[in-house]
Formats: sequence, structure tokens, C-alpha cells
Amino acid sequence: MRQAIARAWASDFMWSFRHSPVAIVSFIVAMVLIMAAILAPFIAPHTPFDPGSLNLMNGFSSPMQPNQFTGEVFWLGTDDQGRDVFSTILYGMRISLFVGFAAVTFAMILGVTLGLIAGYAGGWVGTLIMRVADVQLTFPGILVAMLIFGIAKGFTPIHLRDQMAIWVLIFAIGLSEWVQFARVVRGATLVEKGKEYVQAARLCGRSGTAIMVRHILPNVLGPVLVIATISLALSIIAEATLSFLGVGAPPTKPSLGTLIRIGQGYLFSGEWWILLFPAATLLTLALAVNLLGDWLRDVLNPRLR
Amino acid sequence: MKTLVSINNLSRVFDVSRPWLNRLIERGSKEYLHAVSDVSLNIPAQSIYALVGESGSGKSTIGKIVVGLLEPSNGSVEIGGVDLARETDKATVARTRADIQMIFQDPYASLNPRWRVSDIVTEPVRARGGDISGLAERLLEQVGLSGEDAGKYPHEFSGGQRQRICIARALAAGPKLIVCDEPTSALDVSVQAQVLNLMSDLQEELGLTYLLISHDLTIVRHMADRVGVLYLGRLIEEAPCDDLFDNPRHPYTKMLLDAAPKLDGFGREVEPPKGEIPDPINPPSGCAFHPRCPLAIDRCKQESPQMQQIASSRVACFRAG
Amino acid sequence: MVEPVLSVRNLQVEIPLRKSLLRPVDNVSFDIAPGEILGVVGESGAGKSMTGNAIIGLLDRPAHICGGEVWLRGQRIDNLPPEAMRRIRGKGIGMVFQDPLTSLNPLLPIGAQLRETISEHLPVSNDEAAARAIAALEEVGIPGAARRVDAYPHEFSGGMRQRVVIALALCAEPGLVIADEPTTALDVSVQAQIIVLLKRLCRERGTAIMLVTHDMGVIAETADRVAVMYAGRLVELGPVREVLSAPCHPYTIGLMASTPLASQNRKRLNQIPGAMPRLDALPPGCAFQPRCTSAREVCGQGVGPDLTAGDGRAACWFTQAVSA
Repeated sequence: MRQAIARAWASDFMWSFRHSPVAIVSFIVAMVLIMAAILAPFIAPHTPFDPGSLNLMNGFSSPMQPNQFTGEVFWLGTDDQGRDVFSTILYGMRISLFVGFAAVTFAMILGVTLGLIAGYAGGWVGTLIMRVADVQLTFPGILVAMLIFGIAKGFTPIHLRDQMAIWVLIFAIGLSEWVQFARVVRGATLVEKGKEYVQAARLCGRSGTAIMVRHILPNVLGPVLVIATISLALSIIAEATLSFLGVGAPPTKPSLGTLIRIGQGYLFSGEWWILLFPAATLLTLALAVNLLGDWLRDVLNPRLR
Repeated sequence: MKTLVSINNLSRVFDVSRPWLNRLIERGSKEYLHAVSDVSLNIPAQSIYALVGESGSGKSTIGKIVVGLLEPSNGSVEIGGVDLARETDKATVARTRADIQMIFQDPYASLNPRWRVSDIVTEPVRARGGDISGLAERLLEQVGLSGEDAGKYPHEFSGGQRQRICIARALAAGPKLIVCDEPTSALDVSVQAQVLNLMSDLQEELGLTYLLISHDLTIVRHMADRVGVLYLGRLIEEAPCDDLFDNPRHPYTKMLLDAAPKLDGFGREVEPPKGEIPDPINPPSGCAFHPRCPLAIDRCKQESPQMQQIASSRVACFRAG
Repeated sequence: MVEPVLSVRNLQVEIPLRKSLLRPVDNVSFDIAPGEILGVVGESGAGKSMTGNAIIGLLDRPAHICGGEVWLRGQRIDNLPPEAMRRIRGKGIGMVFQDPLTSLNPLLPIGAQLRETISEHLPVSNDEAAARAIAALEEVGIPGAARRVDAYPHEFSGGMRQRVVIALALCAEPGLVIADEPTTALDVSVQAQIIVLLKRLCRERGTAIMLVTHDMGVIAETADRVAVMYAGRLVELGPVREVLSAPCHPYTIGLMASTPLASQNRKRLNQIPGAMPRLDALPPGCAFQPRCTSAREVCGQGVGPDLTAGDGRAACWFTQAVSA
């Protein structure tokens, strides 16, 4: 075990990580934010969405200043309802990250499967898949997500809409991002398919599915990891955008985007902290994940540099 | 001697046309590449048959058709009397497939980099649900590697060792026929000798039949019992190895033998061959070799010569004899 | 003694990697006389291409020359600035690579590339450069040169492309051509044409050639002298006839014995055990010692032998003993 760790530490991958300050800093920042989101119920000083625990007298407290009525101090201030901004950010990040990870997982499974089939089977099936992908690429991702979100919401029963909103959001963002996975995996599959080990596997009597899953898939996962990381940043921003536009996470379960939407109403009335802190958190999170993705791309695919 | 592989009037055509939309816009027509045209030959069991030819000769295509990676367009390949492209009995097909294996040219691309060597070499048996206990170690020792290598990954081996692993995989299911497609052209000379010796030893030990595909005449001379020479998809001469090298009958074979650099040809000044291999999509009329042939007559431009038996050789040339 | 065109003295190339310092070319020295063809043979990774690239200053970073000298007609060229080196390439040294496509610009007609090289290196008018370009193509046997001078590289077949590259390498009339595996990508019949062409042109102009290849047959038919490389070092250097038919160094002896001869069928090949060591795991002393059947204790100690160790032909402590 200790040997395995030592070997991993000495590997090229870890070496370039240790020698990239950008990668180290963004990894630490991303990890701190993700851990904070996961541990929100234990870290957050307040439970902002429990109406019973709110005191309207605490509304519009400035950051680090004792409230003029109750004397309570809130690190990052409170909003109009007296909710602690720091706690809402922690809980909001939970939603944002959950939607982001789930959407990327969905997009990855869909895109990798379709990309493998398009690359390995080829023929009219492959052409069909890639034409659909091409058409989808001509529209901005966020528009596609809005369209899918709208249609999917239309199919959801009204009484379930708020409950289902998160899942519809995941579905919409995932569906708007599978194309990148499919294109990259198809390209890599075409390369791998031409290699002789695939022909050797065919001679061994392996079926097409077995070759795709057991031989080709492990060899195309490198670029998939890169796209997944970059897609995570994109998904978080897409979720925030949708929520900002009011079509995403419901106000009962606000994500960072919802918080920003709520906060922008107070920007010009002096309560800047309601907008600024959620926005800064979103920016930091997306930037850290994106920089990590850039670094991964450079390491796993030196030719793209 | 019993015939193991019988290739009858084998042809393979590839559609190399541009996509239909491009054809429509550019007013082009469909284009076909005749990679293999009307090739017939028999490979006796437990012998080494070599196919030689330059690029575009169709030698690799024939190899792929024999192992079943490609379907013939016309004609048939029978292995032990079974035509895989037409046989309907599933048990017979499975049994015959297990008899055929292939060794590839590039030892780097022919091993899956993410698999352990033990998984690679036992795959032909595992894929058919056979027992693989101790098999990897036994196979690796058979090809001159150590049983301890089974747990390693391909990148830990040199080119020659990788080719040994490929041979071990080919042996796993106990095949009768191994198609060797340029098995040593990616290897250095000193390593090539190791692999060729190993191939010879295994052939004698296990009674294997090899179809050796190569452009390197010295290797063919060294290994083969019988040699077929291909030019633009056609078999133009076939003879026992010594006959072919000592007494080539087709002008192309002569040209090829003369052009090959000789180890003892110090300062040799050869008259270089005329011309280059024609475009296989639009091959010359008649005998495809006639534009480069020093012996060509008018008839060669019009008619394609058929194979004729001369002593122990078969030659497709009007001027041979 | 004629002054050599190229003189390489104790050339060393190193590649600093994060885990180790590789030395793909180590202490290599040789001369090439005017009009001479020097064959450089060795297995992949033996450093033969790296030597050629070091001489013309085309090493890919982080590889660099870390020792030794390269003299071209009495001028030291290994320490020249890049701009001066660029002028040497073409005018002083012509280059022919394995893949003709890497030395031709796919976006320019071949005539334009020839004219550019000619007018950059020779004091001629534009019209004369154009005429010379066509003459150069005719000389390398391109049919209809005047017509095809405006064709693009992709319109030529592989053999014709390599002819164009040769025309390009020779058009500025260099004294030395470095040909790195010039025929490896070509078919046997075309290979014979290219070799005959290269030999004829160089003989007519008195151009020297450094012919880098792994094909012993090509060396035998083409070269005057041959340099055998192993693990970055020169192990044997001598007239081609002597080195190939009576090799001195145990590696060359093994190499010749393991090459199948066209005249022998089914004879068991002699094989050298093992494989060439990787550059990051070179043994101490003589690099060939772990595979050598006549190695003794001294072979694995200290710095390995160089060409001065034996009778000046082979880098082996026991040359006489082995060849006797």
C-alpha cells in the first residue's frame, strides 16, 4: 500500500501537479468549496430555509456589524428576510454542485455511450448520432438547456413541479452538454479502432460490445476526464444562469444562481452584500474547476499545448 | 501433403468513392479499388507460405480475408475444408475460427496498453470460455519470457518482447494456422533474428502453418517453403522458395530480386527498375506490369495473362517459359 | 590528406529530463572527405538520427549539444547562432529526410520552394533561379519538369516526392548532404531508383553524403565507409567492405550474423541475446557488455572504450582477441 502511494506520488501525473502552482491552488480552492458544501449542515451557523428560525428583525444586517435591533452579528450579513448570507451560500453551493456533478455524469454517460457507438459501429447509426450532435452544436448550450427545461417542465405534473425542478434542471443541462463527450470519444474511438489490438480482439471472437467496453473504453477515458472537469465548470455556470433567469432552482431551494437573482434587486439600494458574496463564490468555484480542467488537458494531452 | 488453406479465385473490391454529396457536386462517378483480383493458391499443412509484394499489392488484404477480418467480394477461402464466409453451422465456424490466429506488424499497437500481459495472452481462451489457470505463465515461458512477466503492462517491454507477447497470444488457443503480417518489419535486426528463430522453433514443435506476409525478400528467403509474388492485387508467380529466388520466371520477380539491396553487393551499380507502381484505382490494361516490363509485347497491353504451370512454378506471363 | 568536408570531434548530445540526464550521442568523432559516402548504421535509439540532427543544428528542445565540436570545411558550426546556422543549411549542408512530406511545404508549389532556396543561397537573378529550378527537377528525373514545376507536393507519388526533396537538398550546391533514412518509406523498386540517383548526383558534383539508415544492404551497396552506432556511441568505423565482411566489434559481428542472407535458406540465425539498453539505464563501462559473449571484468568498469581502444577501428578493449 505504502509502495503504491509512493509510486503514484512519483508518477508523471503527480510530478506535474506538484510543479504547477495554478493546479495546486485551484485544487485546494475547489476542494475547500466542495467540502464546505457537503458539510453545510454542520458548518452553517444558521438553517436559512427553516422559517421558524428566522427573525425578520435581522433583515438587511450589514456584514460583520451588529444588527441594530437584535445586536446579532452575521459574517456576510443577511438578506431581506433575515437569512444569514453565509449559510445561504453554503446551502446554495450544495444545490449548484449537486446539479453540476449530476448533469456532468448524465452528459458523460450519454455522450460516451453514443460516441463509442458512433465511432465503433459507424455507418448510418454513427452518421445519425453525429449529425444530431452537429445540429445541437449550432445553438448556444444555454438556449438548448432552456428549451429542454421548458419542454420537460411542461410534461411534469403541476403539483410536482417544484419538487422535480432540480431533476429537470439536471436533465436539461446534461442533455445540452453530451455533444462534447460524444465528439471527443468518437474521435478517440476511431483512432483506437484502427489499432491492431482491436483486430486481435475480434480474432479472439469478442463481440462488438465487449470490444467497445473492455478494450476501447479504458483507452479513451483520458480525454473524457478533461472534458468532464471543464463541463463541470460549464454546468455550474449554466445552472446559475438558468436560476438567475428564474427558470432553474426554485426559491424554496435556492442555488447560487437563485441567490444572485435575489441579490441583484438590492444592488442599488445599498445592500450590496446580498449579491456580491454569492456571485464571488460562484466565480471562484467555476474558475478553480476550470483552471483544474485546463491543467488536466495539458497533462493528459501534451500535443494540445 | 494435405492442404490446410485453399484460396479459390479470391477477389476483394473496396468502394473508395467520395461521399455521395461530393460526387453529386463534382460530377464524379463511383470509384473502386480492386485490392485483390482472382487469386488462387493452396497452402499445405505445416508449411510456411510467403506472400511478397510492394505497397498496393494486396498481400495484407489477403491475410485479413484469410483470418476473417474482411469478407471476400468474390471467390472463397477454405480452411481445413470450411469456408467461413458461407458455413452456417455455428459449432464448425467457432472451431475453425479457433484454428486461425494472426501476428501483427506493430508490436506497440497490437497490445492493449491498459491490460495486463496475463489478460492479453489468455484472451483467445477466455473469450471462448476456456480454462486459463496457469496458461499465461506457460505461454510466456514458451515464447522465451518469464512467467513473472504475466502481471506487468505492455509498456514495460521492448519491441521484441512485445512481439513475443503477441506470439504467445496467437498460440493461446492452440491454432493450426498463423497469419504473420510483416512480423519483424518494426523490429531491429538483432531482435528480428530472435523473433524469426522463435517462429521457426514453434513451427517445428507445434506443427504450425504460417502464412507469412512480407515485403522483405531476405526474410522470405530465410523462412518460406513456398512463395507467391503479388503485383497490384494479382498473383503473378508462385514457386518453391529456392526455385523462385534462383530462377525467377516473371519479369517483375526478376526486377524485385535485382532491386533488393544485397549485403555483399559492395559498390554494386544496378540499372534501377523503370517507373513506379501504378495507381491501383486505374490500373493499366492487360498485364498490369506491362508499362514497366522490359519484355512487354503488344499482347501484354490487351490481355491479362493467366497462370500457367512451368516445372514447379506457376507464372502469369506470356513471355515466361 | 584532403581536408575533410565535415569533421565531428567528441560530439555529445544530452537531453535533461526531470528524472535523469540522457545522453543519446556520446563522444562521437568522425570525418567525411569530399565526395565520400559515409554510412551510419544502428538500431532505433542508437543515436544515428540524433547525430545527424545535431550536426545541422536541428535538435528538438530540450536536447542540446553539450560537448565536442563540429567543423564544416574548416568553420566551426556547432556554436553558431540560429540565423547563421540557417544559412549553412541548404548552402553548406543539404538534407533529405525519411518522410518527404516533412521537408516540403504542402502549401507551396515545388518550383517556388526550389526558387526560394536557390535565390537565398546563390547570387542569381529571378529568371536564372527559375531556370535552375527546372534544371534541378530534370536532373533528378522528374518527367516533364518544365510543366510540373508549378505542381504541389501532394500531386506527386512518394518516389517522385523524394526526388523533389533531393533536388531541393542539392539545388544550392552544398558540399555535404545528410540523408536520414531516405528510402525507408519507399518500396524496394523505388528505393533502388532513389539510391542510384543519390549516388550519381553526388559523384557528378563531388558532394559528400552522410547516409543514416538501419538497412545493412543499402549501406553495403552505397557507402564507402561505415560507422556503426550502439547506445549513442560509435562502436566501429571503417571501410564498408572490411566492416561488413570482417567485422571487429562484437556487436557488429553479432549484427552481421543475425542478418538473414539472401543466399541461405532456413539456416538458424545467430542471435544477440537481449535488447539495446534504454538510455536511462545504461550499464557502466562498455554499453554492449551485458549482451557481449566475450565480455570480461574490465568491460563493466569505468568509462567504456572508444575507437582508440583497439586498432582504431572498433571501440572494444579486446578487438584483436575477438577478431583473431
